[in-house]
Amino acid sequence: MSDTHGQTGLDTFPRLLMQHAKLRPNRPAMREKAYGIWQTYTWAQVAESVRAIACGLAELGFKRGDRLAIIGDNRPRLYWSVAACQCLGGIPVMLYQDAVAQEMAYVLQDAEIRFAVVEDQEQVDKMLEIRDEVPLLERVIYDEARGMRHYTQTLLMGLDELQEMGRIHDRNQSDFLDGEVAKGASDDISIMLYTSGTTGKPKGVCQTHGAFIAAAQGGVQFDKLTDQEDILSYLPMAWVGDHLFSFAQAMLAGFTINCPESGETVMTDLREIGPTYYFAPPRVFENLLTQVMIRMEDAGAIKRKMFHHFMEVSRRCGADILDGKSVSAGDRFQYWLGNLMVYGPLKNVLGMSRIRVAYTAGAAIGPDLFRFYRSIGVNLKQLYGQTETCAYVCLQPDGEIKLDSVGKPAPFVEVKLADNGEILVKGPMLLKTYYKRPDATAESINADGYFMTGDAGFFDEDGHLKIIDRAKDVGKLNDGSMFAPNYIENKLKFFQHIKEAVTFGNGRDFVTAFINIDLEAVGNWAERKGMGYSGYTDLAAQDAVYELIREGIETVNADLATDPRMSGSQIKRFLILHKELDADDGELTRTRKVRRNFVAERYQVLVEGLYAGKKSQYIETQVKYEDGRTGKISADLRIEEVKTFTPQATKQAA
Amino acid sequence: MMNDMAQDATAEGGRRIGEVILDLQHISLSFGGVNALTDISFDVREHEIRSIIGPNGAGKSSMLNVMNGVYHPQKGNILFRGEPRQKMDPHTAAAQGIARTFQNIALFKGMTVLDNIMTGRNLKMKCNLLEHALFWGKAQREEIEHRKKVEDVIDFLEIQSIRKTPVGRLPYGLQKRVELGRALAAEPTLLLLDEPMAGMNVEEKQDMCRFILDVNDQFGTTIVLIEHDMGVVMDISDRVVVLDYGKKIGDGPPDEVKNNADVIAAYLGTSH
Repeated sequence: MSDTHGQTGLDTFPRLLMQHAKLRPNRPAMREKAYGIWQTYTWAQVAESVRAIACGLAELGFKRGDRLAIIGDNRPRLYWSVAACQCLGGIPVMLYQDAVAQEMAYVLQDAEIRFAVVEDQEQVDKMLEIRDEVPLLERVIYDEARGMRHYTQTLLMGLDELQEMGRIHDRNQSDFLDGEVAKGASDDISIMLYTSGTTGKPKGVCQTHGAFIAAAQGGVQFDKLTDQEDILSYLPMAWVGDHLFSFAQAMLAGFTINCPESGETVMTDLREIGPTYYFAPPRVFENLLTQVMIRMEDAGAIKRKMFHHFMEVSRRCGADILDGKSVSAGDRFQYWLGNLMVYGPLKNVLGMSRIRVAYTAGAAIGPDLFRFYRSIGVNLKQLYGQTETCAYVCLQPDGEIKLDSVGKPAPFVEVKLADNGEILVKGPMLLKTYYKRPDATAESINADGYFMTGDAGFFDEDGHLKIIDRAKDVGKLNDGSMFAPNYIENKLKFFQHIKEAVTFGNGRDFVTAFINIDLEAVGNWAERKGMGYSGYTDLAAQDAVYELIREGIETVNADLATDPRMSGSQIKRFLILHKELDADDGELTRTRKVRRNFVAERYQVLVEGLYAGKKSQYIETQVKYEDGRTGKISADLRIEEVKTFTPQATKQAA
Repeated sequence: MMNDMAQDATAEGGRRIGEVILDLQHISLSFGGVNALTDISFDVREHEIRSIIGPNGAGKSSMLNVMNGVYHPQKGNILFRGEPRQKMDPHTAAAQGIARTFQNIALFKGMTVLDNIMTGRNLKMKCNLLEHALFWGKAQREEIEHRKKVEDVIDFLEIQSIRKTPVGRLPYGLQKRVELGRALAAEPTLLLLDEPMAGMNVEEKQDMCRFILDVNDQFGTTIVLIEHDMGVVMDISDRVVVLDYGKKIGDGPPDEVKNNADVIAAYLGTSH
């Protein structure tokens, strides 16, 4: 059997894994911080453990084509379970670990799950809670045994026990697993990732080994990644980006993934590892910057002055130096000095000293934020992709960074625009199918084999793709001018005091907005002004805060007025919501995107209030607490007017 | 693993309430003319959660101080594991496996969480000052062993993220948890908790309850608890003893105590 192994190409993940175990057996494949110490697993150890888990699963009756649910934080053994499942020709199904039991029940039913590998007691409890709704579920295997001593359900099994069982199996039939690995083919489904469900029920996106390997290969080639990279794996395993960066690319290039100790220690762990390759959604970069800024405000006068001086220098020339453009000798010297005194130590504190390539995606990133990281020498870039395209469509090439584009089509990818501006993509990384949904598959891939992303955008003069909004969200105001809600909301959210914004305007006379203030930033601002407040609802209702937010919105309006296509959608009226939009209340998706229609429906009275010209509107809302209890929040929300600007480019527009 | 610490104390199937481990007989304690405790008798059984409740000034903390040898009662006998206790001081109590936390947090504010918990292992350190100063060979090996235990505690209490944070910078609820951590680091068989939930919000209380129950369940540690929150006490205790003005007015399982007329009178007040 080992002959076949050698002959077949490296076209599935199990084969890649076995290859690494041969080529670089002693290189670290994974690290995990446990009990305060980074524990290292070499490729040889990982391969051995994956074999054991795979054989254990086989012993339990897991068969080719079966789906294995995997739920938990980024733990090495969960990544191994993904690979183990693939060895047997099974399909790993990744679930978001913070989803409530009911949400999980839907996926378990939809994917007809018989086996699940879960992280700990918390997830086990969820499985037991929904057990009656998922009669197919035969086995729940748990990684972390803590708190599980009194669980007697025969359904449950420890991963240790499973591995032990697998090791015996592997010893007795050593060619079994090699045989299974040899049976795998490039166009077998390697993973199922559920779409976050901004619209309708989540759909299982089936991706093949070939698709993810192509996407990984493109990325590795594009950014010249080697087996020396270090990456911190802290984003949900169920998210396509993590699967691409922490699994597919790591398996292809053979670099090291590092699992943090817990969700709260990510900052410390980041600093200790000092990754060379890093991915984070914009909000992580934003939080880091906010923390730095808050701490700088508290620093001594000399330090603060030095910080601001050198930040000014970096703003002037930092990004150009990074892009390799010509910069005057004086600036170069100042930047060098700044690097010594500010940027270097700052990057060290942020854990970004060693970063060669950093990416952000998932939402638009604020220009100031983006510029900040690039100017202190962090090679932060943007990319664009979906679950259906392995998170791989466009990448920003080194040295060609634009703030408002997502870069050029990545290797092997073809991008074109439909007549209505919708972005269409084709390439080896496209999904094979939606699980059991041929109708949805047919709907999303057109006759020419292009995947319809649902995003609207255009190419600029340099061939960089710019995204405006979801194609279906782009609407029209009653006067016929374009209304792109996301575009406006993103501009609002770049303002540091605004956390979320929801705008309305399609089929209306003018644009209005709901605002969520950023409790940390506004709270800090209030503290400095000596304002007292008791919590979010109280702070959000204060006059000074309304004033602060209105200024922000006016800036956005002024900005919109300069763009002939957008000048019609300036915000006329707004209100600040009395509660933060929350995924537990269904207002956000698990990836923290606003579910616009749901919000519009839930707060219909408020929307009507905005358009009825009222000065305030009473609302009562039911909320769900983290422990599952529900409560009510009621408030009388003030509605305010905002100044709008005459379009500066009216002539061109007309 | 944490389990090592508890292997001797727990058998499979969780905790079973065992023999009397601490027996207090006719304890009377007075300071000058003030009688803090008058003729109080009760016992603590192995692996149980035993609560002491009572209005302010009832003598609860004094009782705890008698148990770990801070105060010496003028009258009465204390039997620990069947042995009558002679002259007793806190140090001996600690060496016998009795650890405690305090009503007002008594941590080293300027030291990190890790170092604070490490101090809980003080009595288990065998090397002398010189060896520690040189930090070589035996002392280093010993330190590593202790650090392992401390990391177990940190993992158990889920405080990894504040491992290196000075205690003074932590919110109150977390400081309480660190204090529990320090007591746990001593691997006690009897743990005395003086108002572990005072000043906490609901969520912090829930967390603390869970940790107390987990300690009791996983390591089989016997716990004596003083607490004001009746909901908590009635939920987690196996038996409750009620004090009022230094006298025992009730003793038994939570349900029994709840319906005891004297207890109701002490808490709600009566017209005598």
